[in-house]
Amino acid sequence: MKTVYTRPKSLKKRAYHYCPGCGHSIIHRLICEVIDEMKLQERTIGVPPPGCSVFAYHYFDVDMVESAHGRGAAVATGIKRVYPEGIVFTYQGDGDLAAIGTAETIHAANRGERITAIFVNNAVYGMTGGQMAPTTLNRMVTTTTPYGRDEKLEGYPIRISEMLALTRGAVYIERTAVNSPAHIQRTKRAIHKAFQTQIDDLGFALVEVLSPCPTNWKMTPVESWKWVDDVMSKEFPLGVIKDTTGEKRAD
Amino acid sequence: MSKLLMSGNAAIAEAAIRAGCAFYAGYPITPQNELTEYMALNLSRRKGCTFIQAESEISAINMVYGASVAGVRAMTSSSSPGISLKQEGISYLAACELPAVIVNMSRGGPGLGSISAAQSDYFQATRGGGHGDYRTIVLAPSSVQELADYTHRAFDLSDKYLIPVIILGDGMIGQMMEPVEFTHEAPEILPVRSRALRGAKGRPSRIIRTFTSNPSELEELNWSLFRRYQLIKKHETTSDTFMTDDARLIVVAFGIGARIARGAIKNARASGMKVGLFRPVTLWPFPAEKLQELAKTTRYFLDFEMNMGQMLDDVQLSLGNGAEVSFYGRPGGVIPTPSEVQRVITRLYHQNGLDAKK
Repeated sequence: MKTVYTRPKSLKKRAYHYCPGCGHSIIHRLICEVIDEMKLQERTIGVPPPGCSVFAYHYFDVDMVESAHGRGAAVATGIKRVYPEGIVFTYQGDGDLAAIGTAETIHAANRGERITAIFVNNAVYGMTGGQMAPTTLNRMVTTTTPYGRDEKLEGYPIRISEMLALTRGAVYIERTAVNSPAHIQRTKRAIHKAFQTQIDDLGFALVEVLSPCPTNWKMTPVESWKWVDDVMSKEFPLGVIKDTTGEKRAD
Repeated sequence: MSKLLMSGNAAIAEAAIRAGCAFYAGYPITPQNELTEYMALNLSRRKGCTFIQAESEISAINMVYGASVAGVRAMTSSSSPGISLKQEGISYLAACELPAVIVNMSRGGPGLGSISAAQSDYFQATRGGGHGDYRTIVLAPSSVQELADYTHRAFDLSDKYLIPVIILGDGMIGQMMEPVEFTHEAPEILPVRSRALRGAKGRPSRIIRTFTSNPSELEELNWSLFRRYQLIKKHETTSDTFMTDDARLIVVAFGIGARIARGAIKNARASGMKVGLFRPVTLWPFPAEKLQELAKTTRYFLDFEMNMGQMLDDVQLSLGNGAEVSFYGRPGGVIPTPSEVQRVITRLYHQNGLDAKK
């Protein structure tokens, strides 16, 4: 029989703790597939955040270091600068990257740090129980926007990837999703390119992945996958936001 | 090697480079800017070394955390308000058993305070400073030469015990210029710790983390930290004395306060008063036993600090009820003169009838 798929070598044999329908497990697997295909397992250092993916180090069979909330880009900067031969990636949620870690992220991007950020946007704080995130959509009900996110009181969902694209040090930024086989394949290609950008020493690369959170969205997995297409990707359009990797220098 | 005339801030930076510091991240704040600027000039283009002016103190300490994870000697510096911001990262460094050196050229507080020298960060430095049950080694230099020497010691202690080490200076010692001699040449090959994260090549992958959903696992980590702290107490506690052999009154002071007290003691000696100085060099661990030994020969102590008595708790706990401990302090970044301290010494000396005692 022909083998069409096996577990990635850099993904540990361990059952995920994530909820049914959650996007984290898919994104973990995609990163591991890319690490295997690019033969990076022996020189990769991952920086997972506090949040649902704080236990990412249980699944990735690469060196990993816990970061304080939001500080992933700063920690990755420290590692990459003293060990430039390493491949350093951060794995961050929307609260982590786009709220408490906004400053670290923007300035790492602006310095053109040769790091890869995998930014998982599920529009809520998942691990703490579904509070409003900076990316929560207007009128969306969360535990801290029980009347729906009102733009007059709570502002608007932040498009941090578009903001980061304005920095000259960021050379590749793409927004993808993991709610269909086609989107999953597209996400994998984007992650591959974001790692290649680092290998080519070009600058900061980020892949924003729209990821379903059925538990906190109070939906079934199928409903949540549909919601990414019907609602979430209207606010956060999929596609390449910035790509200057073909040019000799950033920007 | 001959002596150089340098500011305290520059001397720390030079000493750090000579100690093999390969990574520095900082953020502008007075009165420690000369340190950051010296690193920009002398570390940023050095082979294998990194200098980053970070976007914030929080970012700077987290960059240091990353550099320490990757196994090199790393340092950051700031002054009081900036050190408050760094506490998050210091707590993580302590929890993950990562070495790093943090310099606090402290200034008047609370709040934005003033840029004048103060000693009001003693509590913050010696009680951990951030969240959780941890300690940092705290070194308190009182001259530019000591800043250089203690910087080297700070890196050694940090590597030896896998613990963040604080150098607690102040705006005065950081900015004054004195002759200084460096005993080490910068190493050709920068040291890399053996358990650094540099990719799982030829070994299983490693994790550096503290978070666990199992409280007993975290308790075990805390026990192991505590056991190491006991070792540090036993082996690294350091203090200094000046003219204490026949002293009837002993001034207890640290850092620049000890320098001022020393001047006052010299003058008091010249007027016939038998006064000495006890100076904790490590503020944590506090040299309690050495101080207790002095209480065998005199009952009278004066705790002098440029704050309202933050070290006083440690002094009183060390001495117990057997000693008479007085306190004199000036808060808010006011720098007292030796003659002012001498007046306090003279008053105490006479009030307690020490001149009459044989």
